[in-house]
Amino acid sequence: MTQPMMDKPEPSSLLGAPVLEGRDLTRYYAISRGAFKPSATVKALNGVSFSLHSGRTLAVVGESGCGKSTLARLVTMIEDPTSGDLLIDGQPAHVGDRSLRSLVQIVFQNPYGSLNPRQKVGTILDEPLRINTKDDAATRRAKVEEMMRKVGLRPEHYDRYPHMFSGGQRQRIAIARALMLRPKVLVLDEPVSALDLSIQAQVLNLLMDLQKEMGLAYLFISHGLSVVRHIADDIMVMYLGRPVETGTSEAVFANPQHPYTAALLSATPIANPQGRRQRIALQGELPSPLKPPSGCPFNPRCWRATDECRQIMPALSGDVAQQFACYHPLGDKPPSPPSE
Amino acid sequence: MPLLEIQNLTVEFPTISGLFRAVDGVSLTCDTGEILSIVGESGSGKSVSMLALMGLLPGNARITADRMQFDGKDLLTLSARQRRSVIGKDMAMIFQEPMSSLNPCFTVGYQLGETLRLHMGLGRAARRARSIELLQLVGIPAPEDRLGNYPHQMSGGMSQRVMIAMALACNPKLLIADEPTTALDVTIQAQILELLVRLQRENGMALVLITHDMGVVAETAERVQVQYAGQKVEEQPVTGLFTDPHHPYTAALLASLPERAVVGQRLPSIPGVVPGQHDRPDGCLFSPRCAFATDLCRREVHAQGPDFGQALCNYPLRLGIPTGHPTMSVALAGEDA
Repeated sequence: MTQPMMDKPEPSSLLGAPVLEGRDLTRYYAISRGAFKPSATVKALNGVSFSLHSGRTLAVVGESGCGKSTLARLVTMIEDPTSGDLLIDGQPAHVGDRSLRSLVQIVFQNPYGSLNPRQKVGTILDEPLRINTKDDAATRRAKVEEMMRKVGLRPEHYDRYPHMFSGGQRQRIAIARALMLRPKVLVLDEPVSALDLSIQAQVLNLLMDLQKEMGLAYLFISHGLSVVRHIADDIMVMYLGRPVETGTSEAVFANPQHPYTAALLSATPIANPQGRRQRIALQGELPSPLKPPSGCPFNPRCWRATDECRQIMPALSGDVAQQFACYHPLGDKPPSPPSE
Repeated sequence: MPLLEIQNLTVEFPTISGLFRAVDGVSLTCDTGEILSIVGESGSGKSVSMLALMGLLPGNARITADRMQFDGKDLLTLSARQRRSVIGKDMAMIFQEPMSSLNPCFTVGYQLGETLRLHMGLGRAARRARSIELLQLVGIPAPEDRLGNYPHQMSGGMSQRVMIAMALACNPKLLIADEPTTALDVTIQAQILELLVRLQRENGMALVLITHDMGVVAETAERVQVQYAGQKVEEQPVTGLFTDPHHPYTAALLASLPERAVVGQRLPSIPGVVPGQHDRPDGCLFSPRCAFATDLCRREVHAQGPDFGQALCNYPLRLGIPTGHPTMSVALAGEDA
């Protein structure tokens, strides 16, 4: 069966300003450790820069505790960064700034928890318009129905409640709600990981169609690398609040330079029993963000770590297509598994 | 005789609107030293069938089977007391959410020791020694210090290791792992799967791995059973399943994997959703979503023989071509040639 090609705009045609840009964003949280101890600081996000253009998808990849969700909270203006600048459509964004808020919307992971069970689908989709626009009821209804059609919901679903829908349908409702105000950026926080495999494909197709149709920019947060590889143009791999490798999806997947990226790729199970391969077996777990290791945050688990890595955090280096923060990048040769 | 043999297992739950059939005539066998994987989406009855085997379903569940034998014992006629001497000892299970399957009120050492005390009758010192040995076996550093820890003091990966240690405490003959890595990060998932496979080899256990992740299946299982809406639709060795799936559902599921598609192109998706309690169709349960369904499929469905992996399909696929299909088999064959 031949499928229509999805034409992604080429990077060269994107000379315009990015629709979303982060410059050295940090976010620290103070954690109380009880009445008699000084409070500690968790550096949830520690110097993240990125830019995202219309019609492109930037995937943020990493394990729990790497700062993906904190990044989503900053980008959606739920919180202000501790330092650094966030530019939306070229303008500096702050929590109180209502004018920019409608430009960035979010779709959450679990569609069973993110829809109000007491509201009908029509009301859920109508609410953003009612609050943010001066449209009259008939116009709003028309807009809601148009959006429902766009995401593959039928008009008779207008008067139904979320519990009457399956997970995939609910995620369509959540996507429709996020798109009601015609945002330029959509933050997708693990949008398909709560869905069954056969439904996941439907939702991913919908997201790709909508991006093409509306020129949306996606910030796609995920830990599922096979999904990321399919949908992302650019990728940012994070570890303990820092990006360890960024670049175009092709470059990073074809030739990962940071040992953590390589380990992450090799740990992802591939649905091909003949291709069972030697894994890079990472020792240990993610260190506590309260006590991050000195130097490169990955050094306690890294098989290439040297004294240099334990002392000073390496800066991002590389070319436009691929950047990595590592003193001992893997180079062109395939990563050798660590000796046990 | 295989270690575990289940024939025609059906589990029904009474609900306000009538009986809900969660498992519908599932048969399975698993032998010593084998890894059987049960794969399916939510609602396919994979967990419920294993919980029925363990006797962990609520009292209102109606469990019927032609045969349910484990290690020479008939589980259908076993009294509750006799069953308790088998489960946890010869047959153990680990669950999806390690954080919520450990009791938060007791230390790890106590929870590990409980199994050893009840099933093995070990004394205090022997329990402690064996607990340390078990924690070492599952790769927990400094196990002596960990015995006094409460579950909240450990990460998800560590908790799952403790769960595995508890399940292995009495050297079970059969280990059932119900989505053991779904709640864990990718790198930790790789560690846990490797651990399970290593322990299975070393102890010669039978391992039943329940999962929805085709990648996990491909990398660990030897034989795979695919379930859909409570029914077993196909059973094959793992290489055969991925290269030549016989049931259209398996084929469609594999085709919808992002890693099998061309980057950036639309994914071939399965239309519709899994049937629920009230919209179960007649005949083949997959027929409303199947590309090959005919009127015959909407009336009745026949299971195929071992040639076609016992596929529950009237027109089982052979290299993607539905065998015996009135229209498609000819057309597709012509297209391929």
